[in-house]
Amino acid sequence: MAAALGAAAIPGLAACGDSSESAGDGAATGGATSASGGGDLGTVTLGSNYSDEVPREALADALSSFGGEVDVNTVDHNTFQEQINSYLQGRPDEVFAWFAGYRMRFFADQGLATPITGVWDEIGDQYTDGFKQASTGDDDEQYFVPFYYYPWGVFYRKSVFEENGWEVPTTADDFEALCQDAQGAGLVPIAFGDSDGWPAMGTFDYFNLRTNGYDFHVNLMAGEESWESDEVRDAFENWARFLPYHQEQALGRTWQDAAQTLVSGDAATYVLGMFVGQQFPDEERDDLDFFLFPEVNPEFGQDTIEAPIDGFMLSTGVENEEGAMALLAHLGSAEAQQAYLESDPNNVGANSDVDTSGYNALQTKAEELVSGSDHITQFLDRDTRPDFASTVMIPSLQSFIENPGDVASLQTEIEQQKTAIFDS
Amino acid sequence: MSTATSTDLAPDVTAHKRTAGRTWLSIALGLTTAVWLVPIIAAVYTSLRPFNETAAKGYFSAPDTLNFDNYVTAWTQANLVQYFLNTLYITVPAVVITLFLSSMVAFGLSRYSLKFNVILLMLVTAGNLLPQQTLITPLFRMFLAIPLPEWLSDSGLMYDSYFGIAVIHIAFQMGFCTFVLSNYMKAISKDLTEAAVVDGASVWRQYWSVILPLTRPALAALGTLQFTWIYNDFFWARVLMASGDKRPITSALDSLQGLYFTDNNLIAAGSVLAAIPTLVIFIALQKQFIAGLTLGSSKG
Amino acid sequence: MSSETTLTTAPRADFEDDPPPTRSRWSLLSGTDRAVVWSMVLLPLAVHVAFVWVPAMASVVLSFTDWNGISEIGWIGGQNYVDATTIYPLFWPAIAHNVIWLAVFFLVATPLGMFLAVLLDKEVAGTRFYQSAIYLPVVLSLAVIGYITQIFLAPEQGMINSALDLDIDWLGNSSINLWAVLVFASWRHAGYVMILYLAGLKGVDPVLKEAAQIDGATQSQTFFKVVFPVLRPINVVVLVITVIESLRAFDLVYVINGGINGLELLSVLITQNIIGEASRIGFGSALAVMLLVVSMIVIVPYLFITYRDMQEA
Repeated sequence: MAAALGAAAIPGLAACGDSSESAGDGAATGGATSASGGGDLGTVTLGSNYSDEVPREALADALSSFGGEVDVNTVDHNTFQEQINSYLQGRPDEVFAWFAGYRMRFFADQGLATPITGVWDEIGDQYTDGFKQASTGDDDEQYFVPFYYYPWGVFYRKSVFEENGWEVPTTADDFEALCQDAQGAGLVPIAFGDSDGWPAMGTFDYFNLRTNGYDFHVNLMAGEESWESDEVRDAFENWARFLPYHQEQALGRTWQDAAQTLVSGDAATYVLGMFVGQQFPDEERDDLDFFLFPEVNPEFGQDTIEAPIDGFMLSTGVENEEGAMALLAHLGSAEAQQAYLESDPNNVGANSDVDTSGYNALQTKAEELVSGSDHITQFLDRDTRPDFASTVMIPSLQSFIENPGDVASLQTEIEQQKTAIFDS
Repeated sequence: MSTATSTDLAPDVTAHKRTAGRTWLSIALGLTTAVWLVPIIAAVYTSLRPFNETAAKGYFSAPDTLNFDNYVTAWTQANLVQYFLNTLYITVPAVVITLFLSSMVAFGLSRYSLKFNVILLMLVTAGNLLPQQTLITPLFRMFLAIPLPEWLSDSGLMYDSYFGIAVIHIAFQMGFCTFVLSNYMKAISKDLTEAAVVDGASVWRQYWSVILPLTRPALAALGTLQFTWIYNDFFWARVLMASGDKRPITSALDSLQGLYFTDNNLIAAGSVLAAIPTLVIFIALQKQFIAGLTLGSSKG
Repeated sequence: MSSETTLTTAPRADFEDDPPPTRSRWSLLSGTDRAVVWSMVLLPLAVHVAFVWVPAMASVVLSFTDWNGISEIGWIGGQNYVDATTIYPLFWPAIAHNVIWLAVFFLVATPLGMFLAVLLDKEVAGTRFYQSAIYLPVVLSLAVIGYITQIFLAPEQGMINSALDLDIDWLGNSSINLWAVLVFASWRHAGYVMILYLAGLKGVDPVLKEAAQIDGATQSQTFFKVVFPVLRPINVVVLVITVIESLRAFDLVYVINGGINGLELLSVLITQNIIGEASRIGFGSALAVMLLVVSMIVIVPYLFITYRDMQEA
């Protein structure tokens, strides 16, 4: 049913749960499962958070050339994330969708994922070292197959920049001048919506990366650097300098609403992930472009880009190991990723062999910028402990946005909680 | 008797004043009701408009287009039928069994002086008033540890099964129902059961054939209330159900927000559809509902 | 068993003259009947205890650990309680929000619901319609209510801002969003109280009111001096429901923004720590126990009052 109406493309409603072919309600689930002949690989279960219409159908496309049957259990992305802990300890599907970085290593460490070094023997030469690193657990075994990534950057409308005669800024000073100019022109310099709490993490990451560099970011996220340090203070203060250019009342606005101000041309720029493109009507998407977050500290320039990688892992509840491994290898193949990206061109394929000739301008730019960067980070909530990110950083960043004047006591609060969490 | 005396003694003035009072009362209630309905009308109104229109003009604007497109889309794309069925599998057994078990406990505790009578009643009532979050972690572990036969749960566990969700509703809601029913049963004249005892009826017969039929109004009221509560719960299913396609409608609706695109108008349509069953039940049983819900207030 | 059987049959002859005193027939029951009564009471209660009290008690135990839900359990004494009350910046705001929630329910929503019930009890024309309309929010799921708050309060598109030409960040400004949400929470709670109270009022003998009015009492005198005292049991129920609903409040704020940025409540903090990807089970359990204790402070005296009344009755 859903598949038949797929053309209507209402991602929201198709969301959750209409999956699990084995339940026999095939009519309702449309393309979610590959129905290809069965073969020797048997049936593999796949836990998916690709719940919106577009990614859900795109995943089905990616699975259609797999030589076995896939039984997809789709859970809406929010719930999936929220429940991942209990899900993995309960009755997980054999293969499940997840994220690279600390978030992957955490579950590998806890013994809730199975190493897939064998899969990497097969697909390893199609990936750069950066991807392999991002897929490797603390025990030097691989646990993750990268599927696609999407960079974060400063997004803008080319036409708006042209009308105002703006150049892409590369330093904070240029950026500030542009912001002032935008204000003068009656535009919101930097669109901002943080009612969900996580978008601000991207902004903080960039101010921290540009102020203190990649290594500091990694150590800070690992709990090894102090949040009371001067470095963190500087990062917050650099952000505070730009806060007046952010869209006001950000805490009550969803990021989608903020994106609408970019779409309507009321905002000059927006610091977000590439998924912002999905808010643009198809015919206007060519007008969307982005640039690297400007340099703040010349020591680090623009050497790091934030580009979270999504992919798949193997759970501990595996019955059909051969099939599951084959499925992971399939998902890691250029062919599967290409099939996916054809239906969901808002990401960039992780496999080096993915044919980039079909990429749109945004994808091409993303690929260029990412491959030209010295370092790639995942995202605050993927680079640190999930309990720290969600229970400490979300409220702390929101409180900074509301009251940027009192950084010192905020730093103390974060550090105290960090100690309590990381020591436990 | 009361009517006679009051008409005798009420002078015309009072009667007149009373009519005026009732007019004011009608106006006050009418206004309150109007205010009360504004949010709901707004939701329905929005659900009849396309997303692009409200995105451009805001919610408070005259309509260019009014149609049922959102409803059609919600119904066909969101697989609402499956979620309604899921809710049905959980809610109906849960309500029936809760009422059945609670009525037995209430019967035992209200008609006989057992040892620990009051303590047991307190225990079960207090349990119902606990915040759900205080139980959830151990409960989750228990649900994972308890195996069930295949015919009861396709996951083979309490976890991720309709049965498990129904059980926690039953265990939790039993408190309130027992409390109400025991008050109600206490008010039922003892003579009735005495008559049955005299006829040699067993305890079970007294319960099943004498007391239970008399408790019908309270059962109807509680049934309505429980149906609403269990139907609208989203906490248990959210935590204790892993399969997206087994979630009841309330939990499923909560997750209608898209990752990258959220059509509020469509969600409104889905929400309105989801609200219809509880609404229909309430309107249908309204009279019994109020009559049965006396909570033993002044009858005891 | 045989002796009991004789006893049960014994009163038969003279039951009309001398009905057995209330609730004392236990001794008259046969062994089978006693077993039946006990199982009717104890079997359902066992289900209740197993799935409600056992987990609740286990939560108390977990609150003294640093468990993350996966690894080994480590005992850390009262550290979680210390952390929660000293270095968790959201704890005291959450308590304050719960108290505000309670105050608004107690001072506004509950009295409003009671008042509406009294008005509806007069049964003017159209009462059925009015009471359905006022009860309607209770029937709605939180998805609808959360959505409705968005329609009204969203910053740019919201009805209130665009109708009144305001620029207020109703849901994002942490000093006002709690109050904005409370308007909708009260909208629902008042309907709930109204229906409970109305049911109570229907149970009041009309003769009482007639008598008071004949004695020249005004409407409000009749209510406060005559009706209100008679309704004591239901007053207690409404009071407790108000308190518990304030402590349990969760759904609405969770739907609006996940309970952050000024909408923190104790129940939300527990959920964020225990349920999410985070899984600070020990810490979350300590928060849960504190909520449990507060709930018990309310529940236990209430139950004592209620059941003392019952025994007297």
